[in-house]
Order: sequence, then C-alpha cells, then structure tokens
Amino acid sequence: MDVLTLSRLQFAFTIGFHYIFPVLSVGLGLLLVVMEALYLKTRLPLYHAMTRFWVKVFGLVFALGVATGIVMEFQFGTNWSAYSRYVGDVFGSALAAEGIFAFFLESGFLAILLFGWNKVGPKLHFFSTVMVALGAHFSAIWIVVANSWQQTPAGHHIVGTGTAMRAEIVDFWEMVLNPSSLDRVWHVFMGCWQAGAFFVISVSAWYLLRKRHHEFARVSMKIALVVAVIASMLQLVSGHSSAQNVAEFQPAKLAAFEGHYATDAPADMYLFGWVDESSGVVHGLKLPGMLSFLVHGDAGAPVTGLQSFPPELRPPVNIVFQAYHLMVAIGLLLIAISCLGLLFWWRKTLFDRRRFLWLLVASVLLPQVANQVGWITAEVGRQPYTVYGLLKTSESLSQVVTRGQVMISIIAFGLIYVMLFVLFIYLLNEKIQAGPDEQVEPERHRA
Amino acid sequence: MNLDLNTIWFIVIGALFAGYAILDGFDLGVGALHLFARTDVERRLMLNSIGPVWDGNEVWLVTGGGALFAAFPEVYATVFSGFYMAFMLLLFALIFRAVAIEFRSKRPGTKWRAAWDISFSVASIVSTLLIGIALGNIVYGIPLDTGHEFAGSFLSLLNPYALLMGVTTLGLFVMHGAIYIVIKTEGELNVKARLWARNGIIFFVLMYTVTTMVTLLYVPHMTEYIRVHPVLFAVPVLNVLAIANIPRQLHHGREFRAFLSSCAAVFALLALFGIGMYPDMVYSSPSAENSLTIYNAASSVQTLRIMLIIAAMGMPLVLAYTISVYWIFRGKVKVEPHSY
Repeated sequence: MDVLTLSRLQFAFTIGFHYIFPVLSVGLGLLLVVMEALYLKTRLPLYHAMTRFWVKVFGLVFALGVATGIVMEFQFGTNWSAYSRYVGDVFGSALAAEGIFAFFLESGFLAILLFGWNKVGPKLHFFSTVMVALGAHFSAIWIVVANSWQQTPAGHHIVGTGTAMRAEIVDFWEMVLNPSSLDRVWHVFMGCWQAGAFFVISVSAWYLLRKRHHEFARVSMKIALVVAVIASMLQLVSGHSSAQNVAEFQPAKLAAFEGHYATDAPADMYLFGWVDESSGVVHGLKLPGMLSFLVHGDAGAPVTGLQSFPPELRPPVNIVFQAYHLMVAIGLLLIAISCLGLLFWWRKTLFDRRRFLWLLVASVLLPQVANQVGWITAEVGRQPYTVYGLLKTSESLSQVVTRGQVMISIIAFGLIYVMLFVLFIYLLNEKIQAGPDEQVEPERHRA
Repeated sequence: MNLDLNTIWFIVIGALFAGYAILDGFDLGVGALHLFARTDVERRLMLNSIGPVWDGNEVWLVTGGGALFAAFPEVYATVFSGFYMAFMLLLFALIFRAVAIEFRSKRPGTKWRAAWDISFSVASIVSTLLIGIALGNIVYGIPLDTGHEFAGSFLSLLNPYALLMGVTTLGLFVMHGAIYIVIKTEGELNVKARLWARNGIIFFVLMYTVTTMVTLLYVPHMTEYIRVHPVLFAVPVLNVLAIANIPRQLHHGREFRAFLSSCAAVFALLALFGIGMYPDMVYSSPSAENSLTIYNAASSVQTLRIMLIIAAMGMPLVLAYTISVYWIFRGKVKVEPHSY
C-alpha cells in the first residue's frame, strides 16, 4: 500500500473510532439535562440517583472522546499538510472556534458535573449539566460546519498558483452557513440523540430483564423512549432534506447513493442491491422512478447520472451505495422500534414483553452503526476530493511523511485503540453491573 | 515592532501556549512525580489534586493547535508533518495519560492500579520531554527547503540542544507540579511534596543556567531582538527574579505565592522564547532565508481579523470558567466516593 492509501486508512480508522464517543456525549448530554431538570422539579431521590448514574457513564465516555479527539486535531497537520496549507484560512477558523467556544465550555463545566456534587448547590450543578450538553452540541456544530464547507464550499475565493494555491475567506457567514451546513448539523444532532437515547433504553431493558433496579429502569426507559421517538421521526425529515441538498450540490454523490449511471434519465430507488461498477448495472430490488420522485416530486423527472462525470471524478460507487442503504434501513428500523415501544407503553405491556426487551438491549448498536455508515456515505461519496470540486485527496497529502512512518503509526493506533475499546467495554459493563446507587439520599448541598 | 494583525496573532498564539504551559505544566509535573508517592491513598490524592482541572488544561493545547492552524497554516503544516514521529509519540503519550487517569481507580486490584500508575507517570514524563524537544528544535532552527518543507529526519530532531531543552522543561514542570501538590495536600504527603519542590527548584535552576549559557553561545539569533531593543532586557531580569522568589516564598510558608511565582517564571520563559523568535515562527538553519515568519506563514488579513473577533468574544468567557472552576475546587484535596 502506498502512503496515500495508508494515510487515508489511518484517518478513516481514527475518526471512525473517535466517533463512537462524541455521539454518546451529545446524546447523553441531552438526556442528563432532562433527568436533572426532573430532579430539580420533583426533588425525587429516584431522579437524583438516575442523574448520578448516567453522569458516571458520561464521564467514562467523555474521557475516551477526549483521548481520541486530540488525535484528530493534530492529524490534519501530520498526514495532510498540503490540505492544511490549502484550507487553513477557512477550515482552521472553524476548528479554532470549536476550541474557544465548545471545548473550554465542556471541559470547565464537566469538572463540576463529575466532581462538584458536594461543592455547589443543585441549581448550579444543573446549570453545569446544561453547559456541558450545550458545549457538546456547539462542538458538533463547528466541526460539522467545517466538514460541510468541504462538501459544499462557499464564502471563499482561491488565490495563488501551484503548491501555493489556497482558499481564503471572503465572507465568514457565507462560509459558516454554506449550502449543506444546516441540514448536516441537524442530521448529526439527530444521529447523536438517537445514539444517546438507545443507549439508555438498552441498559434499562437489561435491568428490566434481569429484574433489577425496577423503578429506575422503567423511568429511564420512558424518558429515553420519548427522545428516541422524536429524534427518529425528525431524522427522517432531516435525512430527506440532506439528500435533496446532495442532489443539488453534489450530484455525483447522489448518483452513487443509488448506483444511478444513465445521464438525464428517471432514477430508481433500491431497497437493497449490489453495484457492478465495471458495467454500471445494479442488481437488486428497486422501486422504479422513486429517486426522481423524492428529489423532484415527479417519478418521470431525470436525475443526473454517474455517466455525466468522467470515471476518475466518480466516487467508489458500491461502497457508497451499501453504506447509504444500510444507514437508511437502520433509520427506518429505529422509527419502527421506537414507535412500537411507544405503543406498548401506551398499552401498559412494554415492561413485560421479554422478546421486545431483548431487541431493545441489542438496539444500542443500531444508531452507532448508522452514524458510522452515514459518515462513510458522506466522506467516501465526496471522493476523489477532500474539498469538493477544489482539492483532490491525492493532492492533500504531506510531502515529507514516508510510507514507513505511516505504517508504524497506523499499527500503533490499531493496537492502542483495540486495547482502549476492550477496556472501555469492560469498565462500562462494570458500571452497568454495579447499577445505580438508589440508597444514597441526595447529599446535603452546600448553600 | 509594529502592532499589525500578524504580530497580534503571534502574541495570541503565544498566550495560548503560555496558558497551556502554566496550566498543563503543573499537572504534567504531578504526573512525573506520581511514582514517588508510595501508597495508594497518596497516589489517589495526587490524581485527584488535578482531577477536576487536567482536562480543561489540555484544552489550551488543543485550542492553541487550532488557532495555529487558522492563523499560521504554513507553520501548522510544516511543523506537524515534519515532526511526524515526534507528534505521534506525543499523541500516544497523551492518550495513555488521559485513560490512565480515568481507568486507574475504577478497579481495586493492585496490579491494575500499578500498571496505570506507571502509564500515567511515564506518559507525563514523555509528553513533557517531547514538548521540550519540539521547543528546542524550533529555537535552534530546523532545516527547511524553499517550499517550507522540513528537510531533516526524526533522529536529527534528537540533537543535544533539543534534548537539553527537553530535560530543562521536565525540571520546570516538576518544580511547578511539586509546588501545586504542596498547596493541595496536607500531612505526610505535604512534607514529601516540600522535599520534591526543593529538589525540583535546584534541578531546574541548574538546567536553566546551563540552557541559558548554551543558548547564548550557540544560538545567537535568539538574543538578537533583545540586543536591538534593550528595554526588553527587563523580561529575563523578571524571569530570574520570579525564579528566585519561589524558594523565598516557600521558606516563609506562603505556598500560593510560591506557585504564582512559578507561574510567572513559566510565563516569562515563554515570553523570552517569543521575543527571541519574533518575527520568525520556525527558524530555518541552515538557509535562514527559508524561515517561516509571521508574514509568509499567515492566513489572509480577513481571516486574522475574523479570528480576532472570535478570540475577543471567547477568551473572556474561557478565563471566567477557568477561574470559577479553580475557585470551586480550591483548598486541600480529599478522596471521596466519586473521586478518581
């Protein structure tokens, strides 16, 4: 493998692994705000125990997010220095804004969230929880804005020539509010809320099946189920809106979603399939004209196909096709599961349906997988570019970094991350097995 | 010096890295000393003294890196790709450090705890050395080609001057961390920490003297700016006074003032570094004409202006949270159920 492939693999692996954790911080952050708000309103010890339990889990998740996140901040420079020179003026600003507005907020108030139970009053503690959740959301906004600029660049101009060529900001707000920012921030938020909600649902279902912490599990489950239903429904809306945005601004990516080759012909939508990239044929089960209908509201309207692009400017079609279809399938499944949960809750049978509860235990993996394949769809679909239409991935690489160096670092990342993952699951399992501390009365807060 | 946007950003980035050195400096120092605490309770006290703040301290590095990327992308690109293996090692050390703090006290086993104690301490020492080595190379100069790409090798980064700077930085952070432990602890650990602080000061002062002499003899470009602007000689003088004030305050039992002096010493050292470099950001040696300066490495004026607005809005908030958190967690540290 050459240094380009290795660097791409390293980036994909390190960002994919990192992305397990921030989705949970954002999603759990929201749930913590709800739980602690309920405690402040009712002063029931149950809500206090609930908040404390999930704060402990949050602390573990956050630590892994920090440890793996710092890698991302440095990796643009270490492996992609040509890219860094090209985008620094634009992308760097968003990244620096993330540091100043989000990371400091999160890390500062996290200290109070984790260790401040006896140091501050309940209201200030709740305020800290809100600030940590807000910080996690701000962080998502800035990094998704930066990534969206790479998908649909706007508000910049290109100066210089050759290796000195680079993008410079002309209009900051046009860059921040580039055509895909809002859709994508919303899409990522919902993905995170789903991840957080199904995480809480899964652990609660486990307690119910094991007949432990009954009251705690029932109430946690209900809170998370409400969030899950809302997020899953809104995700359908944001997904549709994102796809329409891709159709308008990144037609090659949209065509790859459905393996649509014929140019200016109506496009079908596949329920599942396999793309033969050499012949441009998709084998699978399709809904004729459905993609045209979703994009243009007319099943007979033409959609730009991959044949409009020279082969070297097309993304790898089958990977994008599969990732996209898996994401959509999971999205629909999550709507079905959460609505079914709501129905059983309304019929008062939710907590007795053992098979459904087992399904809920497993459901924690679904949003995680959907978040991963969603990003694969977005990033592989943008190829061969790092900045769509402007800078190719092959032109983004560091000039001075050798194949041997990246080989060493990728192996080291592989070993370290496997170890971290095993330890994370082990410690998470210990926390879950230990369960919430329901006996502890809310401690006397210092006035 | 004219106070244009490029110079302002040179100062802002310097301030972010100085903030990092002052804050993460003491928790790296606590990490370096961690294995000198012998019992489990003492080690937990050490960890929890930095427990609520170490993560926020590290954000200064992350934000400094982000600001460097935004304001001086050429520097970010050249240094991070050129120092590839060194930065990878630093990343691995920072990962181990973060998870060691989080994982160590989650299980009661002595082997589990000993393993994470070693990870935490070794990772703290390695991080500190690497930061010092990186700084040493920037001061001494690294070979850059006409395209501003690094033209040396990983081994060439481990030159004697850089290693000297690495050890000096370790001395500085150990001294700084030891004084912090003195403030945060009581009883036996406090007595030990006073001894560490005393030895740390002696070690740092020796290293500082040697580094200063070597710099004066072999790195003349670092003193150029002060020679031309003699008024700036006040900075090294203040630096020496701040260092001298540390043992004096400790002797009088005023630990907090000793710590402030230590912060001032760290700040003054960074200021000296900045003054020596200005207006270069990465000094090229040989071929000084290939150096990256605050002008040829900078982003556009428009970006520097927007970023300054962002920094002006954000930094007061950052200082407010930082001060509040330190205030809330003031006083002697105790081990509690939700502690590390």
